[in-house]
Amino acid sequence: MDYTGFLANIAILVLSGFIGFAVISKVPNTLHTPLMSGTNAIHGIVVLGALVVLGTAPNPSVPLQIISFVAIVFGTVNVIGGFVVTDRMLAMFKTRPTASTDGKN
Amino acid sequence: MDILVYALYIVAFAMFILGLSGLTAPRSAVRGNKIAAAGMAVAFVATLIHIRETSSWLIIIAALVVGVIIGIPPARKVKMTAVPQLVALFNGVGGGTVALIAWGEFIESDGFTGLRVASGPVLPLVVASLFAAIIGSLSFWGSIVAFMKLQQILPGHPLSVGRLQQPLNAILFLGSIVAAVIVGIGSTTTGAAPVWFGAILILAGILGVTTVLPIGGADMPVVISLLNALTGLSAAAAGLALNNIAMIVAGMIVGASGTILTNLMAKAMNRSIVSIVAGGFGGGGKGAAVASSGDQIAKSTSAADAAIKLAYANQVIVVPGYGLAVAQAQHAVKDMAKVLEARGIEVKYAIHPVAGRMPGHMNVLLAEADVSYDAMKEMDDINGEFSRTDVTIVIGANDVTNPAARTDPNSPIFGMPVLNVTESRSVIVLKRSMSSGFAGIENPLFFGPNTTMLFGDAKKSVAQVTEELKAL
Repeated sequence: MDYTGFLANIAILVLSGFIGFAVISKVPNTLHTPLMSGTNAIHGIVVLGALVVLGTAPNPSVPLQIISFVAIVFGTVNVIGGFVVTDRMLAMFKTRPTASTDGKN
Repeated sequence: MDILVYALYIVAFAMFILGLSGLTAPRSAVRGNKIAAAGMAVAFVATLIHIRETSSWLIIIAALVVGVIIGIPPARKVKMTAVPQLVALFNGVGGGTVALIAWGEFIESDGFTGLRVASGPVLPLVVASLFAAIIGSLSFWGSIVAFMKLQQILPGHPLSVGRLQQPLNAILFLGSIVAAVIVGIGSTTTGAAPVWFGAILILAGILGVTTVLPIGGADMPVVISLLNALTGLSAAAAGLALNNIAMIVAGMIVGASGTILTNLMAKAMNRSIVSIVAGGFGGGGKGAAVASSGDQIAKSTSAADAAIKLAYANQVIVVPGYGLAVAQAQHAVKDMAKVLEARGIEVKYAIHPVAGRMPGHMNVLLAEADVSYDAMKEMDDINGEFSRTDVTIVIGANDVTNPAARTDPNSPIFGMPVLNVTESRSVIVLKRSMSSGFAGIENPLFFGPNTTMLFGDAKKSVAQVTEELKAL
């Protein structure tokens, strides 16, 4: 058996974990909600998995079609909804620094 | 896998990392989110290229259309006060997707036996799929319960079966592992019966429900953050099983960052993640918490008196809590702050890390009301300021201001870092009634010598105070 590909994936997994730790360690409390909402949208990447499972099945059975349909709907809701709501939240923070300096000076 | 697909995946996850680092500072956050979304689009296109020869285009397109139609309206229209439950719901469907992917693989590969024809190792892939199934289902059902609690479809206080809770959860957990092992062993022979895979999903799902039900509303920030991390980890596992690097990277980054965030939340409550998930005081309130409120009298005040106090202050600190979100008082608070600032009074906002129902909940609400980003202070930055503050207004916050956390070793929240509001010259607490907070813990702040209570709906109370201030 050839473990090369699998081990490469494990290496990617471990390194990604460290990137996740590193990137998030210095986030101000203010951005915790958008950050969580943003990472929430990113794990919507699972929709790709649903596409692959259905898309690579040569003759998908009806149960697989139903399961995949629901999975793709769920995954799409996760991705689209997640990014849209995060964008809305962040838009409210966007004007903040300028507005505050205007107010105080 | 095509080289093009692989290359696009690499571009995509580079964009995720870039986007996520943007999310760590207010100025670059909007752009960061857009970069991450664009990365998602790249990964998506790559996947469509990967499966271009599929016979299932109709189903795929139909599902995508339905997903967009369901996903966008709530994300567009949700009130900022309801963001925590929406995030819980989006997180849940993500976990559900992972569980369904694993199920689909199980069916397609005849109980994972079909994986054996592949050249690589089989067992790790099966284990990854089973992990994804358990965590995905747990995250889905746990998030649904969290959503229903936050949406107040289910009561916010903990629902548990008492001392049997831990054994019950342990049995459910072990049961889902046993079912997974049976499916795993089956994959080396003729494949386990589908009922065993169903058992994994069902037992893990029930575990998700029974784990979140006993957790009180005050602990929700930790729970949502934890469920988010779990969905990320399950996505990474599914990525391993499918040999999809975009899923591995994105899932693992979310899993790692979510774990950090969960830890930060737990630290802010001076408790471990384990004790929160095990269902502590988060709404339980051990017997010790029942204090002698009968012989203590809280002083109530009027909007007019509160306005006079505020008018002669030099510095005012606003302490918002979940009550502010419930009453949707953020705009009223901003209006009041404007009137105060026009009189030359400095207004600051003291934000406890776990105020509200998700991390940073209060910051989002105040930002919506156009409160200056610089005026929102984190706990460590503002705690030294209370002694220099004339009036502190506590709006719908309770446990995060409880002085017993510093002074009373018998209090269930003793040791939890709190905002030192009692150090300010006077405290005005806006509250609906004398009932204790979600944690069910008596708050001595309400009976303090410098404290007055302004009872009523927070939004109306603040508006009345603002009117009185204008009339002065």
